[in-house]
Amino acid sequence: MSEKKFTTGADAVAYGAKLARVGVISAYPITPSTHIVEQLATFIANGELDADFIKAEGEHSAMAGCFGACIAGVRTFTATASHGLAYMHEMLSWVAGGRFPVVMAVANRSVGAPWSIWGEHQDAILQRDTGWIQFYVETAQEALDTTIQAFKIAENHTVSTPVMVCLDGFNISHAEEIVEIPDQDKVDNFLPPFSRSVVLDPDNPLIIDVGAMGRLTGVWRFEQIQAMEAAKKVIEDVDKEFGKVFGRSYGGLVDTYKCEDAEVTVVGMGGLACGATRDAVDSMRNNGVRAGMLRLRSFRPFPNELVRQHLAKAKSVVVIDRDFSYGNEGAVYTEVKAALYGLQPCPSITNFIGGLAGADLVAQEVQDITQKALQTASTERTKLIFQYTE
Amino acid sequence: MITKEIATREISPDELLLNTLGCAGCSVVLAARWALKVLGKRTVFAVPACCLASVTIYWPQMAFRIPMVSIPFATTGAVIQGISAAFRHRGITDVNVVGVAGDGGTADIGLASFSQALVSRRKFIYICVDNEAYMNTGVQWSSLTPYGAITATGPVPEVMQERDHNKKDLFGIAIAHNIPYAATACTSYPLDFMEKVSKAANTNGPAFIHVLTPCPTGWGYPEDKTIEIGRLAVESGMWYLCEYQNGKIRFTYRPEKKVPVSEYLSLQSRFRRMKPEHITQLQSMVDKRLAAIEALASLE
Repeated sequence: MSEKKFTTGADAVAYGAKLARVGVISAYPITPSTHIVEQLATFIANGELDADFIKAEGEHSAMAGCFGACIAGVRTFTATASHGLAYMHEMLSWVAGGRFPVVMAVANRSVGAPWSIWGEHQDAILQRDTGWIQFYVETAQEALDTTIQAFKIAENHTVSTPVMVCLDGFNISHAEEIVEIPDQDKVDNFLPPFSRSVVLDPDNPLIIDVGAMGRLTGVWRFEQIQAMEAAKKVIEDVDKEFGKVFGRSYGGLVDTYKCEDAEVTVVGMGGLACGATRDAVDSMRNNGVRAGMLRLRSFRPFPNELVRQHLAKAKSVVVIDRDFSYGNEGAVYTEVKAALYGLQPCPSITNFIGGLAGADLVAQEVQDITQKALQTASTERTKLIFQYTE
Repeated sequence: MITKEIATREISPDELLLNTLGCAGCSVVLAARWALKVLGKRTVFAVPACCLASVTIYWPQMAFRIPMVSIPFATTGAVIQGISAAFRHRGITDVNVVGVAGDGGTADIGLASFSQALVSRRKFIYICVDNEAYMNTGVQWSSLTPYGAITATGPVPEVMQERDHNKKDLFGIAIAHNIPYAATACTSYPLDFMEKVSKAANTNGPAFIHVLTPCPTGWGYPEDKTIEIGRLAVESGMWYLCEYQNGKIRFTYRPEKKVPVSEYLSLQSRFRRMKPEHITQLQSMVDKRLAAIEALASLE
């Protein structure tokens, strides 16, 4: 029987990895992700999980340890955040380029300077182009469920691409919620044992990650691009199948809230921004404003078609970014704008940069910005708003 | 115990093809080949950016006939931990897990993961093939470059100062981790090296072999002198053959009569700018280092 627990997002992720029967965990501590691997270490110590824990001397090696275990044929997992994720950067490209289905949780946190342990999305956004699938979850329950889904997506033989499960540092990683822990039997049925043909095996000797240039690298890259494209359908299918088995699904690539008839739609990622937005949407609807929300669950692959489809009818769109691409604008904003390219008529589009380094982001603030964006939709086609400066 | 002496031409290419892209006289390839002769085909190699990877696995010229993975520069220690952990998890006990990295990949950029791997106590063999500079990228200085050697990044001999030091004591760093087995070797002494590989393979835990691999391209000597140069390195005390087991150091070979380092230096163009006072300085460094190891080896 499944059981309900009052627990944190970090614990929920650890339960997800345990239920996925990971064989090797290779990790290095960093706030706010540490509880995830601490909990996994506890499971191992209690005999609840048959896994080997590699205590790496840094995140670069933590990911290298996952890589080593994965090429030796074992399901692997790690968790990190912020500077740890940045420190891993080289390995992220290596793992994705070689198409190794490692799964990693990222408890999103600011990247210094200034030194800040608090939540925002800059750390994962910085790794956008390394070739990892990136999910952003809204609740602890979704963090657990997505961790299980992540293995199934990553290990799909067409996809064969690593997956990052991003959960807002502290807001989700540390906040306690009621979380249903699924049955092991059901998870075992949903997620088959790890299987992979490209492994280090003396009976079938392969040279993995050869030296390659020019044309061969081009072919290799193109396959990576196709795999990411194929992942879109796999993500949708896996989420649907998960829904059938466990009674919970999250919309696959995107999650929508009252956005079918919305004249103004807020786009966001993660728990803090989207939690506040849900309340703001309810409040605006009560005031007669047809507001809605589009939550990007998958940032890579980016669901261009769905974004365009869901936003086509809006007069105005507000994109919340808990990150910034210096010299330009919020990273999610850029992507959403590009997805809307060529639409006639095209909604006005406002970028709200907020919730940086753990700064609160509340419904009233989202509501004020959204209503103003709708009022000025015809005059201000694009606009950048920074929290705390306006 | 290896007892039979065989000629190089009798060595079969079962694990590593004879034609690699290695420079003529390359002893890094020799080290890999001889290690694999001892370890056999049930062996996996993890090799970061270094000469060995560059000359064996550039598509389409695949020289290895065993499972091999190329890995990022700093990760040898971490990747072999991962492979070792995964094999243990899968109950695979008959496969040698071997990391082969260069001097820079071990003593510079890979030092942290090397250290942690030794601390982990997992079962693997780590072989550092030491050609005393970043040869693959065009002879840049590493912390295992000897005092006085010219590299593309220094030192500038004209301003060589006393603070410039001889190569870092990597063997000392390894044994400070109190691992079950560690050794130094040189490809000019193949039986000694292979004996050590055999001991490493039979070690239940981390085993480390630091093998000096003379490099005609980077050191500046004729390519048919690789074996001779390696022997002179040992005969002059510039290098030494010893092993560490059960907490004790012992020499596996001791030159009968020490050759002055100047004789070793004079045969290689990389030392050509050393002035007499530099040579005196290096001789003194070498004497001190050897005396320190002698002292450790004499401990009961």
